[in-house]
Amino acid sequence: MDNIFIGTSIALMLLVFVCLYRAIIGPRAIDRVISINIIGTKALVIISLISLVFNETFFIDVAVVYALISFIMTIGVSKYIDTENID
Amino acid sequence: MLNIIVTILLFFSVFFFAVGTIGLIRLPDTYTRMHATTKGDTLGAGLGLLALALYNIDKPFVAAKLMIIIVFIWITNPTAAHVIAKAQYKKDFIEKTNRGQGE
Repeated sequence: MDNIFIGTSIALMLLVFVCLYRAIIGPRAIDRVISINIIGTKALVIISLISLVFNETFFIDVAVVYALISFIMTIGVSKYIDTENID
Repeated sequence: MLNIIVTILLFFSVFFFAVGTIGLIRLPDTYTRMHATTKGDTLGAGLGLLALALYNIDKPFVAAKLMIIIVFIWITNPTAAHVIAKAQYKKDFIEKTNRGQGE
């Protein structure tokens, strides 16, 4: 069962790199915000999988805090792009 | 039996994540990219964390924390998409209005 968790983590990590491509070439600032939001969601699932692979249940708490930070980052950067004149 | 269910759920989780990522790369507009990624990633994260909660069904504290993460994601991910779309739409609207006045 550990092999399935590790394989899922590797597949999600490859998808994170594909998202990073859009974050690099994104023509506007808001495309980068979308891409980083998606990377945050994927990293959340990867942290939960890794916590099962290592049998360390306190990584789940790290995942909770990561979800909070990712959400607040997205809201803050969106408000910043809204108020400042950034393309 | 539980392992088979967990494997199927994880497979569908990766499938929906991949659909969202392909949409993020391939679609032509900001709003269509957001449309693909928000739904695909919300469902993918929900299925993946549900699979982990089912695998930890004998440790109820861990399963409860994973379910709390699922509920949190299902609240916050559409909210973040809404805020992003509102910011971009306001900028596009102002730009279009200014261009209309300039002509």
